Amino acid sequence: MLCQKCQKRIAKVQLTQIINNNKSVLFLCEYCAQEKEKYNISSPFSINDFFSGIMGFPYMTSVPQHTQDLICDKCGMSYNEFNKTGKIGCPNCYKVYGDRLVPLLKRLHGNMQYNGKIPSRAFSSVKVSKEIMKLKEQLNTAIKNEEYEKAATLRDQIRNLESNISK
Amino acid sequence: MKEWYIKSGPESDVVMSTRIRLARNFNDFPFPSRMKREDGEKVLNKVKEAIFGRSGAIGESFQFEHIQRMDPIQRQALVEKHLISLDLAENQVNSGVIISYDEKISIMINEEDHLRIQCLFAGLQLKEAWDLCNKVDNLLEETIDYAFDERFGYLTCCPTNIGTGIRASAMLHLPALVMTGYIKGILDICSKLGIAVRGLYGENTEALGNMFQISNQASLGQPEDEIISKISSIARQIIDQERTIRRELHKQNPYRFEDKVYRSLGLLSNARIISSEEALKLLSDVRLGVYMGIINNIDINILNEIQLLIQPANLQKSIGRTLSSDERDIKRAEVIRNKLK
Repeated sequence: MLCQKCQKRIAKVQLTQIINNNKSVLFLCEYCAQEKEKYNISSPFSINDFFSGIMGFPYMTSVPQHTQDLICDKCGMSYNEFNKTGKIGCPNCYKVYGDRLVPLLKRLHGNMQYNGKIPSRAFSSVKVSKEIMKLKEQLNTAIKNEEYEKAATLRDQIRNLESNISK
Repeated sequence: MKEWYIKSGPESDVVMSTRIRLARNFNDFPFPSRMKREDGEKVLNKVKEAIFGRSGAIGESFQFEHIQRMDPIQRQALVEKHLISLDLAENQVNSGVIISYDEKISIMINEEDHLRIQCLFAGLQLKEAWDLCNKVDNLLEETIDYAFDERFGYLTCCPTNIGTGIRASAMLHLPALVMTGYIKGILDICSKLGIAVRGLYGENTEALGNMFQISNQASLGQPEDEIISKISSIARQIIDQERTIRRELHKQNPYRFEDKVYRSLGLLSNARIISSEEALKLLSDVRLGVYMGIINNIDINILNEIQLLIQPANLQKSIGRTLSSDERDIKRAEVIRNKLK
């Protein structure tokens, strides 16, 4: 029997398809069957599968499996729901299951330490702690370079800022 | 048409435009996809208040449009100008956009996030675009309480945008890299460096007219200026490659190169029926010819103008009525011929 598609080569593959409850059987040669296979991907790659892929991947065994679902008390979005849609419900969701998102965020962004702009309205304390981190880095380099006078000034600045926070 | 679409910017032989986008959300509302109708209305009003509610010149330099109340052609025309996203244009809830009169700033309201602030510049001007975007962000922050977390930064609906909420992108015209097939290697390297490459209209779109948009993938972990300089330096490397190959191709076979450019110009200036796809393809060749100094009697600004005018919605807007697809192809050819005269 010849391939039903190209009518040239001998049919070696029987392809059964069910589309909208209609069953069809095609007899194809190996070449045409392969071609058919290529375009036979029913749903294209979606961002949702991508997330579920990342979340459920075997190499993530170090991440504890979550048997208990967490539900945001503000918008009602659950962690399991997020896992399906890839979209968070509201800012409060991050408080409720933010910890569980850390492995995903690491995979997406590579680095977890937030390093960007800080809204001046709300978070003056955040600014101070960022400033302290920056000064500590400078302090380390100063010590490495044996610039002890500079190091002493930096140390005092850090102490000053730290006492401001604890007040 | 506003000036920035037409005038060329730095490195404009390869870089068409630059865009910085910031994703921001209100602290006290669910994200748009889970928002009640009246919440959507409230968010709209608060953003309008933040811009138009203040005294002085700021309010006067912006205009608000309610997306669902807009004429579909006008809406599509904004998508073609990259002032709003396709997602926003198709949105069914209360969404809007605030656009500056020079069309460099647009603030999308209730897209995937409550706010998407974006600034557009001609050529490669990431730093300038970021400075402006940052100013608009500071202005909004004066009255809006943003969703922000010390650990995660700015909170967004999709975890891909969390942190700085920034997407820095440049639209590159890469005909020589496409012609030689070297583009594949560039795309591979980009993906390894965490750079996303997309077509002319963003996610899942084709690279029409050899236009490619590069942008950062990660938004958490690096400060804004580092993300921007990373995109800038990668854009500069691609620019160098593209320029070298352009020169090399011309040197190797000047007649063939010039023939290709002039044939495309011939088609563009004489066609009576032309689709937007074909026009973008030919425009790409002519643009290359102008920047290579092969075509001397056409101003690049005219090509920039044509590029925007021939797209379906902007074409219908300029004609002033709805056109069928066949009518559009005829009118498009007419518009191009008149501009190239």
